[in-house]
Amino acid sequence: MVESNRLTNLAHHRGAQTRPPAVRLHDIQLRRGGQPILRGLSAELGQADVSAIMGPNGAGKTQLLRLLAGLAQPDGGTVHFAWPDAPEKHRIALVFQRPVLLRRSTLGNLSHALRQYGVPRRRRLSRAMELLAFGDLTDRARTPARALSGGEQQRLALVRAMAAAPDLLLLDEPTSNLDPRSTAAIEALILRATAQGVRVILVTHDAGQARRLADDILFLHDGQVAEHSPAARFFDMPASAQAAAYLQGDLYL
Amino acid sequence: MQDFTTAFFAAFDLVLTLDPDLMQIVGLSLLVSGAAVALSCLIGFPLGAALGAGRFPGRLPLLVLVNAAMGLPPVVVGLTLYLLLSRAGPLGPLGLLYTPAAMILAQAVLVTPIVAALTAQIVADLSEEYRDLFATMGMSRTAQAATLMWDGRFALTTAVLAGAGRALAEVGAVIIVGGNIDHVTRVMTTAIALETSRGALELALGLGLILLALSLGINAALMGMRATARRLADG
Repeated sequence: MVESNRLTNLAHHRGAQTRPPAVRLHDIQLRRGGQPILRGLSAELGQADVSAIMGPNGAGKTQLLRLLAGLAQPDGGTVHFAWPDAPEKHRIALVFQRPVLLRRSTLGNLSHALRQYGVPRRRRLSRAMELLAFGDLTDRARTPARALSGGEQQRLALVRAMAAAPDLLLLDEPTSNLDPRSTAAIEALILRATAQGVRVILVTHDAGQARRLADDILFLHDGQVAEHSPAARFFDMPASAQAAAYLQGDLYL
Repeated sequence: MQDFTTAFFAAFDLVLTLDPDLMQIVGLSLLVSGAAVALSCLIGFPLGAALGAGRFPGRLPLLVLVNAAMGLPPVVVGLTLYLLLSRAGPLGPLGLLYTPAAMILAQAVLVTPIVAALTAQIVADLSEEYRDLFATMGMSRTAQAATLMWDGRFALTTAVLAGAGRALAEVGAVIIVGGNIDHVTRVMTTAIALETSRGALELALGLGLILLALSLGINAALMGMRATARRLADG
């Protein structure tokens, strides 16, 4: 109940955003194994709190996210972030579809991350406890991370990403393997993150999730932008034939 | 058969009464092999981590070499070290031949490839899984290696134990560079070889029993570690 109030408040808060986009992509080309994955993709993402990237399998969503995270370099085109190059101050954190957790306790995973992000030793424990509370994982602090439930593992991965104090949080289908209850918990966390000023770019197949969370939808098809619309318009009146077909469930004609 | 039974009971007697000669031999064995394993870990862990997760020219040939060296024949290692350490050899002035130090060196040569190769395998598997995470965290190579070694700590114990098993069991290298000198360089395996050839089966058998017990203990520990590692890894 508390959570739903929070969601309502955040929804109000959201409309007020008038920031420059977090990232500008221009004519991005990406090839993998000789195959074109992204073909001349141009877009501006992360102007509002949550941008969702949608599209059928193989459209290039995950590769686009990896490119934004710096895990892949484009073969052509440019990526411009809203901030000048100051990697220590402006961080981009990525949460994978399947959480990659260290073979340590929940707390150990957070302490490790905080150390990598240069948080001084004396402040690590208190910051880790804050993050545990943020992810509702306080009572799991000593549990081996890989013994957590799937939902808890993904929450841990998300709060670990928050340990970077990121400006931009990239989420690759964070709830694709989770039950509705765990999905709701992750979505609440995402909104809590945006309330702290973090911008989120989310890849999802879940139209309901995109509708609940996203301000704008970038719809990819075959490595290109088929449509980029505000979320409400995208779901009510998709402008592209591909998006309309995708939303109706019969994409490939 | 009568001899065997007599020898067996005499051996038990030696073990149960903590015969001083026997205990000295066991003590030296554990000291030499323990030091050799420690030295091997000092070299084998960083080498294995570099081979498993590093990217540098010559990595693959070196990995093949280290893997092949796991099967080095102890007598060949012993002979090579003997040539290096003998008076006329390049390391002769150190005066190490027929000392426990030479035996430690010989066993370290045998054990280091085992520790390094197993470490490389463990680290490579983990590194594959963690690579993207490390990249998104912007971690340095050193920080990555430290994380991989720590997260592989239970699996790495198996590398240490495998090395300890090899060190305790080998006889060919230490008998050549140690010389099997009573109260100086006599260890369990060399003593067993000597006493057997002399017909002193009680002492040989007593040592054999202890060696077997240690070997069993090491293997039990090995399996225990694997079980723990798996439990922690899979959750």
